[in-house]
Amino acid sequence: MKYKSQKVAYWFFALSLLLLTLQIVYGFVMGFARVGMDGLHEFVPFNTARAVHTNLLVVWLLSGFMGAAYYIIPEEAQRELVSVKLAYVQLITLALVGVVAIIGFHFNIWEGRKFLEIPRPLDYLVVINVLLFLGIILVTLFKGKRRTTTALVLSMGLFFAALLYLPGMITFDSQTMDSFFRWWVVHLWVEGVWELIMGGILSFLLIKLTGVDREVIEKWLYVIVGLTFLSGVLGTGHHYYYIGVNKIWIIVGGIFSALEPLAFLAMALFAVNMYRKGEKKHPNKLALYWTLGAAIVSFVGAGLLGFAHTLPQTNIYTHGTLVTAMHGHLAFWGAYAMIVFAIISYSLPNMTGRKLYESAIGRAAFWLSNIGMVGMTVAFGVAGVVQVYMERKLKMNFMEVQQEIEIHFIVLIICATIFATGITLFIIDFIKHGTPTDEALESNN
Amino acid sequence: MLSKKQARAFFLIGTLVTFLVFIGLTVYSLSEGNDQTNKENLTAEVVRGKEIWESNNCMGCHTILGEGAYYAPELTKVIDRRGEGYIKAILMSPVPWQPNGRKMVAYGMTEAEATDVISFFKWIGEIDLNGFERIVSPLAKDRFNN
Repeated sequence: MKYKSQKVAYWFFALSLLLLTLQIVYGFVMGFARVGMDGLHEFVPFNTARAVHTNLLVVWLLSGFMGAAYYIIPEEAQRELVSVKLAYVQLITLALVGVVAIIGFHFNIWEGRKFLEIPRPLDYLVVINVLLFLGIILVTLFKGKRRTTTALVLSMGLFFAALLYLPGMITFDSQTMDSFFRWWVVHLWVEGVWELIMGGILSFLLIKLTGVDREVIEKWLYVIVGLTFLSGVLGTGHHYYYIGVNKIWIIVGGIFSALEPLAFLAMALFAVNMYRKGEKKHPNKLALYWTLGAAIVSFVGAGLLGFAHTLPQTNIYTHGTLVTAMHGHLAFWGAYAMIVFAIISYSLPNMTGRKLYESAIGRAAFWLSNIGMVGMTVAFGVAGVVQVYMERKLKMNFMEVQQEIEIHFIVLIICATIFATGITLFIIDFIKHGTPTDEALESNN
Repeated sequence: MLSKKQARAFFLIGTLVTFLVFIGLTVYSLSEGNDQTNKENLTAEVVRGKEIWESNNCMGCHTILGEGAYYAPELTKVIDRRGEGYIKAILMSPVPWQPNGRKMVAYGMTEAEATDVISFFKWIGEIDLNGFERIVSPLAKDRFNN
């Protein structure tokens, strides 16, 4: 750690892990409901658990990205954050908005629009919160001694993520229009600007961990984010195939979605090549595991599984089935959860001064969570493919099919338990590092 | 070999061009002549039905136009499949509806509310979904073929 104000990142990461824990709890509520154990139905019906599960995902990832930015930007800009106090205000208000929204979901207070269930008054607070965050980051960057590509790409990602929240706040009478612009937020976030954030964090980590020249890494960063936008923006079309808009999207979405794996492939090759090329072997192996893991798993989860699901000829059958859940889980885990874990693993020893690089708990956390998530993806995938075949080919009734695929949800729960064990170990490792201290300033890398 | 400057130009120009094409396609596909949703049939009842649909987060269990959660049936062609009476009974039921043991929240809607939701489903059921409407609902598909 080079600047005192970087310590604020720790609390954003702590909030992230707390919300992730809650997300997993609600995931289990849904898993058990699917095998008939829905004793909580009266207090936490499936739609509540589902809204909590997905919204917590968004909030904990955003909190992780914000923490990453508060850690990375001072080092890149070579100065302290302009206001640590405001950063704490931003943290507390972010947590409050998240908690209030989640409590509201238990009392039927929501918008009922997939991923964007947060009710309107809270939307405005989210906007104010994010503006405050952006203000702190951009002013720090502006006043900084240098402006790097890494910092620029990361900030651009965060800025456009904030901007793209706005189309989700427009109301429409038509479900089709509603859906159309909802994807401007959700798709252009996860398959667009969030990848800028991921690329920025990845680039920072590779510079630190491999010692490869910044100019080389940042050049490839431009190529990758260029490929991301080139394929991802028009790839939005894969959400428009079958919602009641023109067929042009089947052609455009089909072609550009097929190109989307290229951006992820480039990212995976880039990370692995930089690692091979690097002469400096940073002792923080765990951070390296998570960094390379993010690049590789995101290629499989977001790139390959996404490609399999978004071909129009396939999607006409898989649209609106558990196949989506299969792709969604591995994609979010690989691309975003793992990169947040990577920056946590890298920055934590630097902020706390406790260099627990050879932690067996940390390694077990990596392997168990990954094995668990791959198992969950397979369980969702098998359930999804069987559902497609029975419901859409054999014309069986929805609930009959659900009973046939129940067994896969038992497998899902077992794999989710392995996953949750991995996450618990990660959190134990996080706690073992203790809290950040100014004494860690001397031991920077 | 590619320079950093060229890489930046690739990123900036590529992004700008794709965004412009995306906006152009959006304008084109949402233009009057390309409406596949029968916009003129969006009555006050349909809009109220959509509000009820959203305020209860029905998408948190069901799917509609193939979007939502996957815990309860797709409702795009539900009126075709089940008929109005069945749907109304579920929406107005004061106790949880539980086909094959899977529970739905008991909304206990009034007759007027249930009618609005049904109007919304009817409007949804008429949308041209580029062929998906024939895949999504097995029974509706049979009717199409007959």
